[in-house]
Amino acid sequence: MLPTPSGSSVTGHLNGELTSERAGIHESRTYAMTLRGPIEPFSEDRARQLVAEHEHQRGPLLPVLRALNDAFGCVDRASIAVVADALNLSEAEVFGVASFYADFRDQPPGESVVRVCRAEACQAMGADALVAHAAGRLGVLLGGTTADGRVTLEQVFCLGNCALSPAVMIDGEVFGRVDAARFDELVGLGE
Amino acid sequence: MTTTIFVSRDTAARSVGADAVAQAVAEAARSEQREVEIVRPGSRGLLWLEPLVEVATDTGRLAFGPVTPGAVAELLAHLDHPEASPLYLGATDELPWLARQQRLTFARVGVTDALSPEEYVAHGGLVGLHRALAMEPRDIVSEVTASGLRGRGGAGFPTGVKWQTVLDTESELKFVCCNADEGDSGTFADRMLMEGDPFLLIEGIVIAGLAVEASEGYAYIRSEYPAAVATMRSAIEIAYERGWLGQSICGSGRRFDLGVRVGAGAYICGEETSMLESLEGRRGVARAKPPVPAIEGLFGKPTVVNNVLSLAAVPSILADGAASYQALGTGRSRGTQVFQLAGNIARGGIVELAFGVTLRELVEEFGGGTASGRPIRAVQVGGPLGSYIPEHMLDLPTDYEAFAAAGAMVGHGGIVVFDDSVDMARQARFAMEFCAEESCGKCTPCRIGSVRGVEVIDRIIAGEDRDANLQLLEDLCEVMVDGSLCAMGSLTPQPVRSALQFFGEDFLGPREDGTMVSRTRGAEG
Repeated sequence: MLPTPSGSSVTGHLNGELTSERAGIHESRTYAMTLRGPIEPFSEDRARQLVAEHEHQRGPLLPVLRALNDAFGCVDRASIAVVADALNLSEAEVFGVASFYADFRDQPPGESVVRVCRAEACQAMGADALVAHAAGRLGVLLGGTTADGRVTLEQVFCLGNCALSPAVMIDGEVFGRVDAARFDELVGLGE
Repeated sequence: MTTTIFVSRDTAARSVGADAVAQAVAEAARSEQREVEIVRPGSRGLLWLEPLVEVATDTGRLAFGPVTPGAVAELLAHLDHPEASPLYLGATDELPWLARQQRLTFARVGVTDALSPEEYVAHGGLVGLHRALAMEPRDIVSEVTASGLRGRGGAGFPTGVKWQTVLDTESELKFVCCNADEGDSGTFADRMLMEGDPFLLIEGIVIAGLAVEASEGYAYIRSEYPAAVATMRSAIEIAYERGWLGQSICGSGRRFDLGVRVGAGAYICGEETSMLESLEGRRGVARAKPPVPAIEGLFGKPTVVNNVLSLAAVPSILADGAASYQALGTGRSRGTQVFQLAGNIARGGIVELAFGVTLRELVEEFGGGTASGRPIRAVQVGGPLGSYIPEHMLDLPTDYEAFAAAGAMVGHGGIVVFDDSVDMARQARFAMEFCAEESCGKCTPCRIGSVRGVEVIDRIIAGEDRDANLQLLEDLCEVMVDGSLCAMGSLTPQPVRSALQFFGEDFLGPREDGTMVSRTRGAEG
């Protein structure tokens, strides 16, 4: 028995898939990494389908939550209930994991997600001023969504573009050397 | 005659317009009825020159950069006499910035099509794997131990010793976990390697599996790296098709399976035990050690956890022999380190060199000083948990032990440069703020200490009871170092203490007339 609170489901995978051709590693081809995909309205059937696509993996909870977050834009109470039931975990346990990770939202973001890097390399090139500019132009605080629902502004710590700072990620795409004017242009705020 | 033109598809290159340049090349070629093949490899790592365009000739590739879409037509017009182009840089391999480097791990990055298995093999790929397949596991481990390779993720633990522990621990099931949760600011080599030469990482992981008798592996890649995730997934698919992964690696009868797992925006999951928790489907909370992951790791099984660059160094060690790797470097720091020049730097990018090169050579000779043109004031090495090093100490050689003796760490070789407008009290405050934001919360010194750290530094900056608060901050740092469960809490004091030690004047706070003594020229200066 494994020393894990989610032992029942995990053990099943550990034993069951050792003989399978690809040992529980096989991944779904439908995996979406960009936040740009259209957000579907929540449906329990769709949620159960997504869980079923990923639950065969070892320790499936993160891939499952990722799939739900990509599809519905968030992992809310309704999704958590489905996951808990499908994976034989408590809702508290699933909530505990979902709430630990910054990527998993409790409500859907705006149409676009704009993430401004605040880590050291970008600080050295004026990230703080860029954050202040972005917040001022959009009229939101970090983590907020504009009143028209168009843009969610977030901080991020490092996009791996540290030689071309400051860096911004918009709907999964990275932009470098972003000054105030370029930011306005990228976000569609240009004059 | 078809002209082959290379435009990088690395995230950094694309972040400054490489896609638009590639498109402009295609359009210009079409309108001029010129036969052009566009190849999109990783980046050569001369990131300040991106978008860099290379043109294949009989005598090697010629480099042009930085290229804008508007300059493409002019560039193509000059192909017969490239010197006449204002963007012409010379033969790529002869550019001093590249020619001076010792590229082992990054030898193919930017050169080959990242997802071409044929090019991978044609450029020396799989030689190490084939040699490993003919060796006993213990001999592979001995080879890696003899090479002197130490963990490139930051801690510098000898890779061979870790592997030996996993090999010696009996279990039907063992794992290899590649830590690709490259969350430290100033680091991008893991990302560039995964985007630019994913087969090298796969080969290194498979060799690790053979060495420790593990049959299954995971690459845990952070979600902030969507292109690395996509490239690794495609490369793994291709590797299965080629029989480099799966039931019988290269027909040897030995099995290894590999998959990608994506992080979810938690910095702490770059800590190895947190990463294992996350892989198991739980909150990324650090585990107490012992037991070490080599004995009880993923799902309680013996597990190799290595950084991307540690594993990517392995194929060349097997291919060329431990002695040739061991011959590079200084002291107990052997082989090459992939330095990453970042932040306020004129010529940022990848510099792979044997250990021992000084910070000053890296930052001034390669990096060309600051991007702003102002004097360098501080350099942070080894990520957000690394020390701030003042300009007068830049002659420090890059060597694990020399850095440790100076109270700093080489870490993963990420180097972030700051000019003289930096306010080091704010940087110290940020170190604590970052720790508070990203702490997993399991141990008190890290969870509470970081919040208290922000508060105390705010009081010091505000000039409240400064001496007592400075003492309190030092006490707090001591508790965090001694009492934290993992490196997050125990290393956060490094940037704080180094800022205090070398840049104490920045903590002097407001003068009596209310103006700041500190040297901030930023937004709040």
